[in-house]
Amino acid sequence: MTLELILFFILAAIATLTAIGMLLSRSTVYAALYLVVNFVSVAIFYLLLDAPFIALSQIAVYAGAIMVLFLFVIMLLGLENLAGELEWKKLVWPLVMGGILLVEGVFLVIQRVGQNVYIGETGTALSDPSLMAKVLFTDYVLPFQITAVLLLVAMIGAIVLSKREKPVLPSQGKEA
Amino acid sequence: MVPVSYYILLSAILFSLGALGVLIRRNALVVFMSIELMLNAANLAFVAFTRVHETFSGQIFVFFVMAVAAAEVAVGLALVVAIYRSRQNIDIDQMSSLKG
Amino acid sequence: MLLSEANPATGLFVLVPWIVFAPVIGLLINAFFGKRLGETGVGLVASLASGAAFLVSALQMYALALYPEGAQVKIAEWMHIGSLALDWTFRVDTLSVTMMLVVSGVGTLIHIYAIGYMREDVRFKNDPARFPRFFVFMNFFIAAMMILVSGDNYLMLFVGWEGVGLASFLLIGFWYDMDTLGRPSWANSNTAKKAFITNRIGDFGFLIAGFLMFWYLGSFQFGEVFAAAPEVAKAQPWVITAITIFMLVGVAGKSAQIPLYVWLPDAMAGPTPVSALIHAATMVTAGVYLVARSFPIFGLSPDGQYIVATVGAVTALFAATIAVGQYDIKKVLAYSTISQLGFMVAAVGMGAYVAGMFHLVTHAFFKALLFLSAGSVILGLERGHHHGHHEPSSPALPPKGDGSPLSHRERDRVREAVFDPGDMRNMGGLRKTMPVTFWVYMVGALALAGIFPFAGFWSKDEILLDASLHFPHVYWLLTAAAFLTAFYMGRQVWMVFFGQARHEAAEHAEESPLVITVPLIILAVLSALGGFMNLPFEGFHQFGYWLANTLGKVEFPPFDFVVAGLSTVLALGAIALSWFIYQRKPLENGDPDPLAKPLGPAFVGMENKWFIDEAYQFVIINPYKRLAEFLAQTIDWDFWHEWLHNSVIYKGFVGLAHFLADPVDLGFIDRISYWLSDAIRASAESLRKLQNGFVRSYALSVLLGVVAILGYLLFK
Repeated sequence: MTLELILFFILAAIATLTAIGMLLSRSTVYAALYLVVNFVSVAIFYLLLDAPFIALSQIAVYAGAIMVLFLFVIMLLGLENLAGELEWKKLVWPLVMGGILLVEGVFLVIQRVGQNVYIGETGTALSDPSLMAKVLFTDYVLPFQITAVLLLVAMIGAIVLSKREKPVLPSQGKEA
Repeated sequence: MVPVSYYILLSAILFSLGALGVLIRRNALVVFMSIELMLNAANLAFVAFTRVHETFSGQIFVFFVMAVAAAEVAVGLALVVAIYRSRQNIDIDQMSSLKG
Repeated sequence: MLLSEANPATGLFVLVPWIVFAPVIGLLINAFFGKRLGETGVGLVASLASGAAFLVSALQMYALALYPEGAQVKIAEWMHIGSLALDWTFRVDTLSVTMMLVVSGVGTLIHIYAIGYMREDVRFKNDPARFPRFFVFMNFFIAAMMILVSGDNYLMLFVGWEGVGLASFLLIGFWYDMDTLGRPSWANSNTAKKAFITNRIGDFGFLIAGFLMFWYLGSFQFGEVFAAAPEVAKAQPWVITAITIFMLVGVAGKSAQIPLYVWLPDAMAGPTPVSALIHAATMVTAGVYLVARSFPIFGLSPDGQYIVATVGAVTALFAATIAVGQYDIKKVLAYSTISQLGFMVAAVGMGAYVAGMFHLVTHAFFKALLFLSAGSVILGLERGHHHGHHEPSSPALPPKGDGSPLSHRERDRVREAVFDPGDMRNMGGLRKTMPVTFWVYMVGALALAGIFPFAGFWSKDEILLDASLHFPHVYWLLTAAAFLTAFYMGRQVWMVFFGQARHEAAEHAEESPLVITVPLIILAVLSALGGFMNLPFEGFHQFGYWLANTLGKVEFPPFDFVVAGLSTVLALGAIALSWFIYQRKPLENGDPDPLAKPLGPAFVGMENKWFIDEAYQFVIINPYKRLAEFLAQTIDWDFWHEWLHNSVIYKGFVGLAHFLADPVDLGFIDRISYWLSDAIRASAESLRKLQNGFVRSYALSVLLGVVAILGYLLFK
């Protein structure tokens, strides 16, 4: 039982529990906050896996931007307490399906992923962002550019979709 | 020395939880968040395999997934705002006008 | 037009189809334009058509004189089926040209005579509009008879055979809505039917012979049949004999031999020119022509020859006995015709084809003469009857073709119109009032009786000679018939022309006009001199040599004085006997026939034609009618229609249809289709529930898919 293993299990537990917490929380804000913690724990996982750039990207983009966006929208629309009761009777099928999915996933992992492959010590070759940048801007430059265009499109789409027509809705003074 | 299968197993668990979240919750925002969770789980698996194979491809892929996820969230939330404006709630069970 | 033989006389032979086409054109003109042409015009057209046929026949004779082997002129293909190849081919050889000349020659004379005769007859029967129709039918007859005699194969011959049968029907039944005396009746049309049906029985025999011929000899064409016959005769002689026997049935129908002669005496119901042309000179001789034409086949079957000759001889005698007891002038001549036909059939049956054809030709002359003269006598009596009644030109009777009942005045006329101008008991002393008719009649009677040197003597003697040499029983039968022939002709002449008139009509009788008497005179000359074409002396057998070109080797037995002498003595004796009985004490009005008492029941038999018609009626016709009624009513109507069709088939079908419609179609099949549609609707409804608009359920479906695929990958 190395340190890594212990760390792994702790982080895994945190990730799983926060995920479950997000699922079951009655308040939207709490769900978002749970998810933030989940993202952070996953970022630490990335660090463990010698991917610092990705880890920091995760925190910056996911936790810092995406979740902030979520919270903005929640605050904007006043949806803190809008989550409804979970009706367990109606949720048989989804739960069953989810369970089956989990089981299948486990089995697949056991079946396909080699048991004796360890995450071991490596050099810092993999964790150097400059090397990653080199690969990104040479071999993967096309997807990079396309992604840029995609972001542009998404921006435009978001603006267009949330533009409001002239009549003012009788909401509590919330203007776009 | 953590076996990579543990990471993958964790990824599978997180993914299933995300899928369950999509199915269980009625709040559109929570559904969105579950989708992000699923994407995250996939990212985790990518990075783990990258570590095993010692190539950059997985990390690059994660990079792009993040970008796309960000774009998707932007658009999706704009949609949610628009829906809220017209219907005053975001309960997805109420959004059944495509019923046929 | 093809000729089967390259012949320099082609120019003339090629004209032969006009013997058929000319009468056809004549009949078409008269049929379409007859009303407009007027009586003389119609008669002229018809006579010219017949005359044209005679002219062409004469040209053929001329051509044959140059090229005796003859020719075959094909003008159309008829049937080519499998191994059967039949064409409409005209056969020009001496035998067919002989017939052509007789038919068209005597026919033309009779056409001319008929112009005058029918002009008076349609006025006596009060229907002048029927005049053109007569000539249409007459030309049709000429055309059909020409087809018969000129055919190159048995089926063409049969076409003509049937055609003359039809012509006979049409002409016998010319006054179809009357009886012989002009009263409204079914009688004439029934007589025409009887002729046609009796002929049909004969045709049936002919057809069977034809079928046998085709089956065993392989063809209908004369040349091919005759070539194939000898082999078949050696291998299966019964075939040849059967063919000859069935042909004899046809001959018995057409040429009025026993047992199918019964139509000919009744056929006298037709106008006299018809009797002369068809039932004396030409149509009835078709049977004789058939046997003569088929001489190779008959030559191969001695049994057939024996039977034919015997039938002919017996018919000759039988008919002669009946003729003795008849009172109607035409009936005597009719039975005489049957008797003379018996002579001819016996002759060709014996193999004496030249003698038979010779007698055919001379008989055509004098029998046509006798019939036409009888017609003249009848007309004379009609004229006398009307004079005596002081009615200028009113008819004897109004014919009522529409079946409406007679008024009182008409019934009176009917009663007084029961005057029979043909009854010899109403005649007498006509030689004074109708001299021309008398003299020509004498010539004809002497010729028929066989008195030297008239034509009948030579031809009849030829037959008797041949019979005496080869078929003795035939000889005795024919001799007896010859005796009776002379006797009844004498009887007739005494009764009609000598003594005193027994009826005022005979007193006032008038001679006939020229259009009638001139043809009579021509025929009388032919009857007198016709015998000289075939004298039985060496080197004088012109007719025989002529026919030998077709018939092959012909035997000319030398003149036998015994035979000739015996027949002459018998004929003169018979005439003397008849004078003794009928003229020594001439008959008065109302006297019974002097033979009635001495012969007793025999005379009753002779008078009533030995009751043969009645026997036929009793034995054949009535049972046939009862059978026909039974079949029609019980079997066809009651059983077939009522029971089988109505009850069984129709009702059964309707029942089945009901069954199929209600339980099967509505109950079962419709239910299946409803079930199908219901099932589809139910499944559609249940599937519709998938589209509930809930995103979550859609997401569940997606997850389901993922799970399934993962499961598949898991277990792969």
